[in-house]
Amino acid sequence: MSASIATSQTILVVGGGISGMTAALEAAECGKQVILAEKLPTLGGRTALLYRYFPKMCHPTCGLEINLKRLKGNPNLRVMTMTEVAAVSGTRGDYTVTLKVRPRYVTEACTACGDCGNAVSAEIPNPANYGLDRIKAAYLPHGMAYPQRYVIDPAIVGTPEGEKARAACKVGAVDLAMQEQTVELKVGSVVWATGWRPYDAAKIQPYGYGRIPNVVTSLEFERMADPHGPTGGKLLRADGKEAKNVAFIQCAGSRDENHLRHCSRICCMASLKQTYYVREACGEEGKSTIYYIDIRAIDRFEDFYQSVQNDPSVTFVKSKVARIAFNEGSGNPVLHGVNTEGYHRYATEHDLVVLAVGMEPEVTGVKLPDDIILDSSNFIEGSKSGGMFGAGSAASPLDVNRSVQSATAASLKAIQVIHKTASTEAA
Amino acid sequence: MTTANQTAIAKYKNSFLREVEANVEEGHWVRMCMQCGVCAGSCPLGNAWAHPPQELFMMIRAGKREEVLASDSMWMCTSCYNCIVRCPRKLPITHIMHGLANYAHRLGLAPKGQPTRETATLFWNNLIKKGRVNELTFSLALYFKDGFVQGIKNALNMQAVGLGLVKAKRLNPMEILGGHAVKDQAGFKAMIAKARELEDRKKGFAK
Repeated sequence: MSASIATSQTILVVGGGISGMTAALEAAECGKQVILAEKLPTLGGRTALLYRYFPKMCHPTCGLEINLKRLKGNPNLRVMTMTEVAAVSGTRGDYTVTLKVRPRYVTEACTACGDCGNAVSAEIPNPANYGLDRIKAAYLPHGMAYPQRYVIDPAIVGTPEGEKARAACKVGAVDLAMQEQTVELKVGSVVWATGWRPYDAAKIQPYGYGRIPNVVTSLEFERMADPHGPTGGKLLRADGKEAKNVAFIQCAGSRDENHLRHCSRICCMASLKQTYYVREACGEEGKSTIYYIDIRAIDRFEDFYQSVQNDPSVTFVKSKVARIAFNEGSGNPVLHGVNTEGYHRYATEHDLVVLAVGMEPEVTGVKLPDDIILDSSNFIEGSKSGGMFGAGSAASPLDVNRSVQSATAASLKAIQVIHKTASTEAA
Repeated sequence: MTTANQTAIAKYKNSFLREVEANVEEGHWVRMCMQCGVCAGSCPLGNAWAHPPQELFMMIRAGKREEVLASDSMWMCTSCYNCIVRCPRKLPITHIMHGLANYAHRLGLAPKGQPTRETATLFWNNLIKKGRVNELTFSLALYFKDGFVQGIKNALNMQAVGLGLVKAKRLNPMEILGGHAVKDQAGFKAMIAKARELEDRKKGFAK
């Protein structure tokens, strides 16, 4: 990685998930200088936290590995982790960006040997597993983490625990005196690949998320199915029982004027995909039920939907669940509603309920530059002066495949801004 | 002479949805329903309904005019507003239910003897006499709606409650002589007549 000097010829990509990595790589491979700023200690974003992709059911490590290889070999690209954009001023072709870099307390000398993690005993909720388990306060975010460097949680800095981590490091990479830094850059264009977050399921009051045991989000379920996840790939409930009869509730927060107005697009495919996890974990005993308004298998994925429809272990119920109750005796959530096909009322128990939560832009509630144009759901449409672009799921609710397409498009637009600026300056 | 019902049938022919949109309070929302079923599932009295709101909306769109208007389902609504609060499309379902009930009532198609309908009719007839509800005569009207003997039985059953209300000064026995009224009764009647005229025009009942 070369230390490029930012100029008005530089492109800043905000967010290091699959979209940000793609946008940054496409521009860097076209010979542009790129700075990729990521808020968390590692690249990979939410893609790295998936167990499998649809439709081919392959593992995200594959796609990420290719991108990381491209990234490591590219001298035009500079990665800054634990970095957030504090302010953007200026206009198309001539932006001044203020970045805030949080301290990692571990320098580039880190070899990821893990001695610091072994030395400390303090634990924090594991961000890579949505807090479902705990991790040491000196940690590597996950197996695919880039850079492969440990992080020390600020909670133990200035405590004896922090000292333990420092003392354990053989290469002297732990620096507890690190301070937050502010960096100012000149850039010509900004690509916002700030991604998405799951809609807060606790806000969907009748579904009892957080109140009723064994009601989880689709992202938590993704981690439960992963062998590297909190349950080692077993679909275990809070009481330790294996979940074999799993319900999926579609549009949990999406297509709802009281929550998210938009269709989040990915959730139907995600739930269809997750029925494979149930079969994989429970074999013949696994049973999935999908409660839906209408199945929206986006784009070319109708055949995937049909293959799940043909699976005898999967049942489809055309109904948005009205509310979830709890059976104290069995520990099962009970789903109440009316089936639109015949208008029959049901009260059905399941071992585990997965809420297919909607996509909310990560920038919701964040103060963005005035120049940015948002749609009614806070997705980034672009900027007034045309120098900043949304990419991937920051721009629209998209799956990984379409995020990559969107990011490539945004990258091309940013390159055009740089070209126009360069020709104006030359003239 | 054609009735309002015959006029409506002739005018809207095969499109009951258009008829509902034009003549039923908040009826223009019906086409916004996406058949998710949250209203039906959220209704605390849902198991008492022959057709939950979701099904009524689909029946309207399917043109099942007689079945919808003669149904007692919308009369079962207690205005708890659960459906309105939870509807993902923000349909004012409670109001549509009342609108449908009112429309069916005015066309003379609502089910005979439906308790909500009978009570509401007695309440209205009592109210428009003097602009104030006369609680004594309203209660008596309710007791005696099914005949004299049943009325006496009802009154005896409710005797203790009635006396309690009198003692607590919540019920005035002198109301039997006519009861209290609004100050400007002529003005009140004119206002009701104008409101009726406006509503008749809006809902297709104007002569």
